[in-house]
Parts: sequence; structure tokens; C-alpha cells
Amino acid sequence: MAGEIWVLAEHWQGQISEITFEVLALGRELAQALGVKLEAVLLGHGKKDLAASLGAAEQVLYADHSSLAEMTAESCAVALENLVRSKKPKAVLVPLSNVTLGIGSLLAAKLGAVCINSCVDVSVSDGKLQARSLLYGGKMEATVRAAGDPVILGIWPGCRPIEAGRTTVAPPVEEVAVALPDEPKVRFKRYIEPEAGDIDICEQEVLVSVGRGIQSADNLELAQELAEALGGAVSGSRPVIDQGWLPMSRQVGKSGANVKPKFYLAAGISGAPEHVEGMKGAALIVAINTDPKAPIFNVAHYGIEADALDVLPALTAKVKERKGH
Amino acid sequence: MNILVLLKMVPDVVEELEVAPDGKSLDTEFLRLIPNEPDDHALEEALLLKERLGGKVTVLAPDAAEVDEALFTALAKGADRALKLSGADASSNTAGLALAIRQAIAATPDLQGVDLILTGTQANDDLDTLLAPVLAQLMGVPFVGIVTSVVPDAGRRMVTVQKECPKGVRAEFEMPMPAVLGIQAAEKPPRYVPVAKVRAAMKSLKIEAVEAGEPLPALPIEVIAMDKPVVSERAEMLEGSPEEVAGKVCEILTARGLL
Repeated sequence: MAGEIWVLAEHWQGQISEITFEVLALGRELAQALGVKLEAVLLGHGKKDLAASLGAAEQVLYADHSSLAEMTAESCAVALENLVRSKKPKAVLVPLSNVTLGIGSLLAAKLGAVCINSCVDVSVSDGKLQARSLLYGGKMEATVRAAGDPVILGIWPGCRPIEAGRTTVAPPVEEVAVALPDEPKVRFKRYIEPEAGDIDICEQEVLVSVGRGIQSADNLELAQELAEALGGAVSGSRPVIDQGWLPMSRQVGKSGANVKPKFYLAAGISGAPEHVEGMKGAALIVAINTDPKAPIFNVAHYGIEADALDVLPALTAKVKERKGH
Repeated sequence: MNILVLLKMVPDVVEELEVAPDGKSLDTEFLRLIPNEPDDHALEEALLLKERLGGKVTVLAPDAAEVDEALFTALAKGADRALKLSGADASSNTAGLALAIRQAIAATPDLQGVDLILTGTQANDDLDTLLAPVLAQLMGVPFVGIVTSVVPDAGRRMVTVQKECPKGVRAEFEMPMPAVLGIQAAEKPPRYVPVAKVRAAMKSLKIEAVEAGEPLPALPIEVIAMDKPVVSERAEMLEGSPEEVAGKVCEILTARGLL
């Protein structure tokens, strides 16, 4: 057989990642529309058991090798290249996360195949795959088609609901051999856990989250005062962490925490896809931004077009007033 | 250490972006280009390594509007050499750009012994692919992306890097040099350089021209349309003075039992 839709099953620290189920749900739609099989590709070392949760696929191809113990881009790309060359799928859907970033690009480069990056959706049109790629920090989407098979599609988190790709039925597993060097050039050494001691922002019911719009470290105080008045904590987006204004433990988004508080206030955060990924599950989202077109307003329930530096103190005062201070 | 930094100009997404009349590309009339932010971190990491270990930093950027200023800024910050690459349309053809850079490296004697190539882990206009892994593949050298720490061991010709994983965890990898690294964040925020110093660099230093050797293949991706994301639900906007909107937010919080 050839022409299947493949999904690379991302796993990390012994668990299948949520994005894998999202991408499986998307892959199943594509396979159905094309009348082909959906297969999941699981790469690892002693990880065959993880295949049991991938029943959204009709079959799991499992490759076991010591070089695949961690999902390093080079080893995964070489293993996938082996498999693609022998089995000739129509498309390989690769999740785009911190675990898997680079695998799709390397694979495409090795195969001389086309890669489409940052896909938020893929569909079948006239029998051909058509993708929507998110560009320019989430401000534009390009609808594109790629020439030739296979096409490598990097899939952004959130393309489908996680539950749509979960099933309790264990799929058949085919063990496949891959030729990999026993001593890969890129060698995994160790994991470094984040420093303990700070609060866990995932446990907070209220988060006052700040972004570039906060302008300077001195203005963090405005967010801190509001967080205290609301009984919550301050978190931030990438630029604030990179500036050293908040510790990494407070980062929301792709490299940080995936938070689901009861109330998330996004102050001066534009809403880049990497950030939205980590907070879109909050029960109530209010966003403050001077740019009315900021993508954060696409995910927020309520929006305020204003300078966060004006609204934060006003909101703190009102909250204190209501609480009778 | 002989370090090459790859820098690319990308649309400033803080500005309003519009679709061009062809419906398939960005309207460039009012487009403001800025250096890709992760590339700026790559430059900072390179400069930190040079300060620590000695050596030289070369910055290479494909030609684009405002690129001269970005290159002079890099020189003012402490880069030793600035190269402007012509013949590569960098926007949204990252695979083609990687090929052009590969050719430029091969044609520049000084860069053939490069130890590390640092660039941003991604750019906001990467429609087709990511630069660092593709370039690494073309050069046959190792790649790691989302890097936040780079520690070379010149004696052993090895480099140890840390990359970000989910949940604040970092993973440490070791690989031989040369290597291509996709930088997410430098160990320190990118340094600030006063405008006067950039102007001084413009007067006393120069940007060298390099060319992509061969014509580059067209992007094998057909763009059918470009548009602003259609959202099913947009935020309900709260209007008024800061005090008024603060009052409205309090009402919402009270209604939900959060206040």
C-alpha cells in the first residue's frame, strides 16, 4: 500500500502528548476524504505500550531503537525518512511543539519533499491536500497547496479537539525496522527540571498576565497589585520572561505552562500563537491591548482597546472598592 | 570561536498588516521590516560567546528593506563582519534561502572554518520550513532548535546546548562542531546600542556584498489566498474610560462569583 496519511505520534516523558490526539483527529478526516488509511508512526525505545492509545489510527507503525529514546530531531527525521522511502505515504503530519520542532523540516530536507509549516488546518479540495498556514504572529493565514508527494505538514496545536482523537480501542501495531547509527551525532545528556520554590501558576484560579505592552519591569507592580486584590498571581508571555522581568516559572505558552484558570487577564499581550496555546482553555479571558486587531481579541471573551498601564490601576481600585477595602 | 549569525528581516507584526491586491501576499506599501526577534537573540548569544571565548562573529543577512541598518546595528554591538546576501528572496521561501546561504558560505573562504552557525529558531514568515534544520541538512552538520544555552568546548570540538521542552523543563544535548543551532532566547536580553554608535558604525565600517551562486528554485508551494484569520467568535469589546471599563470587568467577575 502507499498513499496513506501518517501522523507522527509525539510523546514526552513516557506519555503521548495531547497534540498527538488533535493531529490524529485531523488526520482521520483527511484519510476519510481521500479514501486511504490513517497510520500513526510511533518512534521510541521500549515505548511500544504507548501505541495502545493511538486507536484513532487504523494501524500504528512502531520503530524501536536506542537512538530514539528521546525525540531528537535528527534521529526521528532519519527514522521517518527510512519509513517514508519504503512505504510511500501521501502526507506526514508532524505536530509542532517544543518536543517535535524541526523534525518535519529535517525530514522534508532529507527527502527533497515539500514542507508546509505552521498549519492550523488541512483539508482535501479536488482530491488534493490544501493547508492553512498561520503567518506573521497569527495576523495572517495563507491557503496553500504543495506540489508532489509526499508533503510534510507541520501542525500547530489546537487544530482539532483533543477528545476527537482519543479512543479506547487499541489499534494493531506493526513493528518496523529503521537503520540508525548507534552513536547519533546529537546526544541527549539529561533533563534539567525548573527551579522549585516559586508558585505553580497552573494551580492559580486568577492570573494577571503581562506582555510586552507592560513596557518596563517597574510597571509589573501594577499587575502585582491587581493580582493581590483578586487573590491571584502574575504570569507573563515570552517577551517578559526573555527580558528577565519575570522568572521562567511564570511563563504561559509553548515553552511554559498550559494554564486553565477561572479568570485570565491578558494585559498588553498581543496573542501570538505560542502564547494562546497556553491559555485558551481559561474559563474567562479578558484582554487589554492598544491594538484593536491584536490576535488576543480572537481568543478573549471580553476585550478592552486601551493601554494596560491605564486600565490595571483603575481595575485594582474598583476591585478593592467592591471588596470593601 | 568562529561564529556565523544568520539574520533575516521580517514584517513587524505590531504594525497593521494588509493583504495585497492580488489577494495572495502581503501589501508591502506600508510594511515595516524589523530583524526577526529570535535572530536578534542569536546575535546576542554569539556576542556573549565571543566575549567569553574570543574569536569573531560574522553576521549574514539576505538583502531586504532596512537590512543595512540592522547590519550596522550588529556591527555597533560588536560583530566583526557584516555580509549582505543578494539574489535570495528571503520572504516565505526558507528552503531557497537555506540553499543561498549554503552557497554563500562555500564562496566565502573565511566562513569555511566556521565553528557555530546561530540563527533564530523560527521566523514569523516561515511558510515552508525552518531555516536552521534545512541548512544543517545541506551542510551535513548537527542541528538542535529552541536553544537557550550554548557552551562550546573548543578543545574537544564539541558543543553542549540546552533546549526548551514543555513545562519549563530543559533538555541538554552534546554534539560535534560545526553545528547549526536555532536560538530561542539568549542567556541575557539582547543588548541595547545607542543610535549614535550605529551612526558611527555607518561612517567607519562597511557591509560586504555576497551573492547566491546559482539561481534558486521557486517555492513548490502554491499560495491560493492570503487573508486575516476568520474567527468564529471575537471578544465583546468593553468601551469607556479606564474607570468605566474597570467597573464593567468587575460586574463580569461578580456575575461569575469571582469577586
